[in-house]
Parts: sequence; structure tokens; C-alpha cells
Amino acid sequence: MFYREAGDFKTSYVDDGQTFPIKFDRYRYYFVLFVAFAMVPLLINDYWVNAIFLPFLIYSIAAIGLNILVGYCGQVSLGTGGFMAVGAYACYKFMTGLDIWIGGVQYALPPINIFFSVILAGLVTAVVGVLFGLPSLRIKGFYLAVATLAAQFFLVWLFNKWAWAYNYSASGQINAPEREIFGVAITGPNTEAWASYLFCLVIAAITAVIARNLTRGASGRKWMAIRDMDIAAEIIGVNPLKAKLSAFAVSSFYIGIAGALFFAVYLGAVEVGEAFGIQKSFIVLFMVIIGGLGSIFGSFAGAAFLVLLPVLLKLMLADSTDTITGFSTVMSWIFLLAFAAAVVMLVINVIRTRSLIAGSGVGWIFASIAAFMAYALTIGGMGWPTDIVAHLQLVIVGALIIIFLVAEPHGIAQLWRVAKEKLRLWPFPH
Amino acid sequence: MKKRLATMAVAAVMAAGPVMADLVFPSLSYRTGAYAAGGIPFADGYADYFTLLNERDGGIGGVMTKVPECETAYNTEKGVECYESLKDSGGLVYQPLSTGITYQLIPKMTADDIPLHTMGYGRTSAANGKVFSHVFNYPANYWNGASVIVNHLLEQNGGDMKGKKVALVYHNSAFGKEPIRTLEELSAKHGYELSLLPVDHPGQEQKSQWLQIRRDKPDYVIMYGWGVMNQVAIQEAANIRFPMENFIGIWWSGAEHDVMPAGEAANGYKAVTFHAVGDDFPVFDDIRKYVVDKGLAAGAGDQVGKVVYNRGLYAAMLAAEAAKKAQEIHGTAQITPSMMRDGMEALEITEERMAELGMPNFGPSFSVSCENHGGDGLGAITQWDAAAGEWKMISEFGPSDMDVIQPLIIEDSEAFAAESNIEQRCN
Repeated sequence: MFYREAGDFKTSYVDDGQTFPIKFDRYRYYFVLFVAFAMVPLLINDYWVNAIFLPFLIYSIAAIGLNILVGYCGQVSLGTGGFMAVGAYACYKFMTGLDIWIGGVQYALPPINIFFSVILAGLVTAVVGVLFGLPSLRIKGFYLAVATLAAQFFLVWLFNKWAWAYNYSASGQINAPEREIFGVAITGPNTEAWASYLFCLVIAAITAVIARNLTRGASGRKWMAIRDMDIAAEIIGVNPLKAKLSAFAVSSFYIGIAGALFFAVYLGAVEVGEAFGIQKSFIVLFMVIIGGLGSIFGSFAGAAFLVLLPVLLKLMLADSTDTITGFSTVMSWIFLLAFAAAVVMLVINVIRTRSLIAGSGVGWIFASIAAFMAYALTIGGMGWPTDIVAHLQLVIVGALIIIFLVAEPHGIAQLWRVAKEKLRLWPFPH
Repeated sequence: MKKRLATMAVAAVMAAGPVMADLVFPSLSYRTGAYAAGGIPFADGYADYFTLLNERDGGIGGVMTKVPECETAYNTEKGVECYESLKDSGGLVYQPLSTGITYQLIPKMTADDIPLHTMGYGRTSAANGKVFSHVFNYPANYWNGASVIVNHLLEQNGGDMKGKKVALVYHNSAFGKEPIRTLEELSAKHGYELSLLPVDHPGQEQKSQWLQIRRDKPDYVIMYGWGVMNQVAIQEAANIRFPMENFIGIWWSGAEHDVMPAGEAANGYKAVTFHAVGDDFPVFDDIRKYVVDKGLAAGAGDQVGKVVYNRGLYAAMLAAEAAKKAQEIHGTAQITPSMMRDGMEALEITEERMAELGMPNFGPSFSVSCENHGGDGLGAITQWDAAAGEWKMISEFGPSDMDVIQPLIIEDSEAFAAESNIEQRCN
């Protein structure tokens, strides 16, 4: 009814080639931008920024980067954590003043503005990414994954060993000193919530727009040609060297920026083994898979899913306000049983229909899950022991990854596409 | 939504009658992951002591205490989430039990005016109160630990360690790297040869390190490990038949769960400590009576009297004493984190006070001042008796080599002050 092409006339090639050809989509996009830029900064506090928005935006950038490599160009990479580390340490060197020793004399650049430090860190990572992307010209698939895994371990080892990279600090930790843009602190302890949020949001928005257009343009088509069949691509005139290495460069640029923001704006202090270990590579890969391979929206959705879900589970299950008790115990059991039943039915439905959203009773299943979540959040958490909740988090996130792989291998982005298709016909599906 | 309902609930309680808010001691614990073996007893000990104060004394200065827990899994990202979510609860002092999380919280908490107590871990140079206004690491730090170990070795060698070989097996992180500088300085002073063997997180893979030890045959091995790394190292040491009495761990590598898996073979393994071990103290009778027997014990309740449990208990005791001090200084029972900081800075722990608390000689007596946030840095050596299944103190609390450590503290903290534009206090 509202979501349709009919009546939206395009009178120029520019109009016809725009990112969101459907008017409803376009306005939704502007609305999201408006909320993100103009409303959220006025409403958020330290908790929302540090626990939710910063990790979401930063992981989104990393997921877009990896999606370009894995989703668009088809080159599997497990080196994300290592490349993020390159971004973080490069950013640290630039923001504290890059120093070079020649013949025992130290020459140092003055500290560079944090925005340009982040961009430069991305460029350094792009160079490193190209170096580690070279094997992709000879090897494919699992073998390439192993080669990039080597990059992961080598880079973490390097930043543990190479004292110059962490300015010879005794502990090997790097700490982000206070840095400002237009007199507003962006890094360091005295940052306002809105400032660090806006800084990351601006970078995320710019990088996402660039990525979206890159993938729509000639380079994106080359990447996809390589992904779909590299020999065929070569025959029709795609240079695999350029295509693969440019994918590695762009991807690493994004991941480097994400690493720089992760260190400088989000955590403020980082040690390479803990922050950029193999876990990081996997979690970003999961984001790309759950979100949807070959989709920019999917990168955001996957990042949101894996950042928000653990926090949400913790707020629902572990926290407690312990001011409301007594009446809530019976209620809690009712909601909990409804929730458990819904989860069991969801699993049965997924096995039966091979889909997350098909089946007749699926609306009720999601309604009872939502009801339980709403109830748990309203009473301020169920107050379960923290260790049980932590284990449950792992179980639930793991189960959802499996469910997604079985029921929707193309990820959340595909669910989104299906929803849009349905919306286009609504309310007259026949 | 959650916050609004919470405020409504608080408003409802306020309407019912004036009730004093609790004193909040947040616990950033980890009961899951590769470091849970140490995280669980510490969190239990920390929570149980405050439960004891509530049940026996009616809280601190007449105000009940509360210990909200948040699971970090020793992970810095979760640590951030935990800190931010507990910040509004009015937490008086944070004890993250993780050097990585500590590094991250130091600037944040200084800006938020909340004190941070990192007992025997964290950033060692935070002992310099002139630079680190909100960070405390009394009664001892990593460098004290390293020095006490070397002192013990000196004692065994009649004061001369020339030509002896010492290997440091360490967790390859900020935590494990901390003692390197001190051990190097001490090696220059005493003439022993130091070799470094890093072990990567989480530390389950140590074959190559111990192969190297078998080849190099060092006279002594010092370990800075935590979590699953300890058990693996002790088992590997047993496998290559390294004499256990020459294998000494830092206080984070000397608990029951570290030595038990190696069984008899772990007999004689040593560790340094800054508090007493065992449950032969009157305070444990109270804990059994008021906490365990009432079913109020934190966790499974099976950790009472274990080494790391005692450490959690000790940390809680020091926090409670500091809160009392703060109440005295500011003349109010309802203290804020800022007042708590003043209490911690004025903290004085004497033998008499510990005896009153049912913990005679549980730790060394010490006092904190504006300049010195690190206490006196005393440590003792404990040894594992596999047959009896318990740790035994084999020395008194002895001093560490502050002539070597103090200049290092000054140097590192002043570098931090210069980097972060901090003005020195206490002048």
C-alpha cells in the first residue's frame, strides 16, 4: 500500500540509479539518519554509549569491512582481530606522535588530530591487509582461511613483542590520551557521551555510504564476479590480482578504522592478546554470517544482533532491582514457562518448516518470547545467579547461530528482504 | 524502561517512610571462563564478608551493605558494560580482579570520582598517590611480590645469587609483564641470570616453554600466572621433574585449585602471599554461624577458607574498614564514593584492629597516606603440603626491596603523569 514502486516516476538516470529507488525506503533511511544524528545524542547517557552504541557502531564498521572481503569478494578471512590490532596500534602511534630512530637519534612527528589518526590507521591497515592478501592469488577457500589465520597470530605476536609499537611501556598496554576535535574531547576519560557517539556515528555513516556505493559500482561487480567464479571472471576481463587485492585493501581499511575506534574511543586501554585475539576474528565473522553475506544492511544487523543480545540477556536475566518481590515470583514462573514453551515450539517449527518465519503459529511464538522479554525488563531483571546467566548467554547465542544457519543461511538481511517483498504486496497478496 | 520503573519503585519506597540507602560494594566477578577457578572463590569471599557484617553487626555504622555482582568473564568489554551499569548504583569502590580491566578503569574512575582498589594486581605504579589520586593497591603489589620471591631465594643461597639461573614463566599480558623490569633490576643487583618465557592466554599450551626449561635447567622458576595456566604449568613442571621447592609462584598462582590437579607431584610448590592462609581464625566461626549455616553463602558455599577466598575476605575487610574510616572522617553514615576515597587514603590497619575483627595476624599492619597508596609491600612465602592438602606459611611477613622498587614506581608513574597531563598532589 505504502511500500511500492507504482507512481514513483524517475525522470533522470541519476534518479533511476539511486540507492533507495522506493520512496518509502528513502524516507525511512532519512528518518533513521535523523534519529541517529539529531535525537539519539540528546537522549543517551554513559551506559547507552559505552555498553551499546559504541560497540554496535564499531563492530558494524568491522563487519562491513569483512563483508566486502567475504561476502562480496568471496575470500574467507580469519585475520580480522589481527588487522584490528594493526589499526589500534597505528592509531596509537599517530595520536601520540610517530617516532623514528635513525642512528640513535629520535625524530618524532607531532601528535596528529584524532580523526586523521583514525583514517591513517585505516590506510596502514590497508597496506598490511594487501600484504597478507597476496596468498589469495594462489590459494582459495579453507587454505586461504588458514593463511589469514597465520596473519592473526603473527600480528598479535608482533604487537606483544615489538616495544616500539606500545611506546616501550612496561606493561605492553596502550592507553589513549585525551584528544579533542574542535575543543570537544573524543578520547580519554573526560569524554561526553554524545561526543564519542557522534564521532563514531559520523565515521560509520561515511564508511557505510562509501561501501554501499563501492559494491554497487564497477569494483563491487568485479568482486562479485570473482566470488561467483574466478576463472569465468578472468575470461570476461576482470583482473583477479587487482580485484582480490583491492578487496583486501578496502576491507582492511575498514577493519583498521574499526580497530582504531575500538581502542581509542571505546576501550581507552588495550592489550593486544586480550582485545584482538582469535575471538575477535570469529565474532566479526559470525556477525557477517548472521547478518547476511554480501549485504551492507546485514553487517549492521549482524553487529546489532551479537552486541545487543548478550547485553539484553544480562539485563533480562541477571540484574535485579530487588525492590519488587513477593507478587512477582508467581508471575515470573508463568512468563518463564510461556517463554520456555515458545522456545521449544520455535525449534520444532524451524525443524519442520526449515524457516524462521514460516508456519501458522509463528506469530504466537514470537509474541510469547517478546512478552517474556518485556516482562523481564519491566521488573528489572529476573535476578538469577550471574554465572548461570553467563552460561545461558553462550548457549542461546550459539543456538541462534545454528538456527540461523539451518533456517536462514542468508542471514537477517534475507529476512529483511522477504519482509519487504511481503510489504510490497500488502494488503492484497494475491 | 527499566530505569523508570526502578525510580518508581524507589519513589514508592521513599513514600512509605525514610529508609537509608545501602552502602554498595559492587563486585565485578568472573564465575565463567578460563579464569573462573580464581574468580569464584574471590567473589564468594568478598560477598560473604559483607553478608557477615549485615547479619552480625547490622551493616557498617548502622547502614546495611549490598554487593551487586556483574559477570565480566575477565573480559575488558564486559568489564566496561559492568562498570557503566553499576555506576548509577552508587558503588563505593570497585575491585575488578583483572589487570586489563584495571588499566581501562583507572582514567575513567578518576574522572568519575570513584575509588578503585586493586589489591596485589593492576598498575603497580598506582602506589604513587601523588599521581594516581583514586587508585589504591595496598597492601602489596606485583613488584613487591617479585622482590619478596628474590629475597626468599637470597635467603636460601646465603645472600649470594651470583651465577644462578632464574626463569620467569609469565602470562603474556600486562599482568605477567609487570615484574620483568623489577626482576631485571634485581638481577643486575644480585647477579643472577634471568630468562623470560611468555605463555599466551589462556595458557593451556605450555609444552615448548617447559621443554626450554628442561634444556636450560634454571635453578629457579618464578611464575606469574592466573587461571588455567597455573594448573598446566605445575603439571608440566611435575612432568619434567623440576624440583617443586625451586618453583615459586606469585600470589595469583598459589591456591588449592592450582596444585590439586597435579596431586602428590605438586608437593613442595611455593607461592608468595600478602595475607594468611587457612581457616584457623575466629572470623571463620562467625562466617559459618551467620552466613553458611543460614544458607546465605555466596556461590556454592564450598570455598570457605581457601586461599583466594581468604583474599576476597581480606579485600572486603579492608573495604569495610575504609568505609568505617570514611564515616568517621565525614561524620555521616551515608558515605559517597568520594568520601570513601578519603577513607581509603586515611586507612590504618593495626594488629589490634585485626584481632578485634577476628583476624589476628591475617595480614601485615600498614597505613595508607596521600603519597603512598601501596602500603608497605610486605609478603610471606607459603608452601603446598600435598599430604595434608593445605598451604602452610613458611616465613613471616618480610619486607621487599623498596630501594629498587620505589624509583621504578616514581619513574613509571611520572611518565604516566606526563602523558596524561596530571598535576601531582600532596604537596
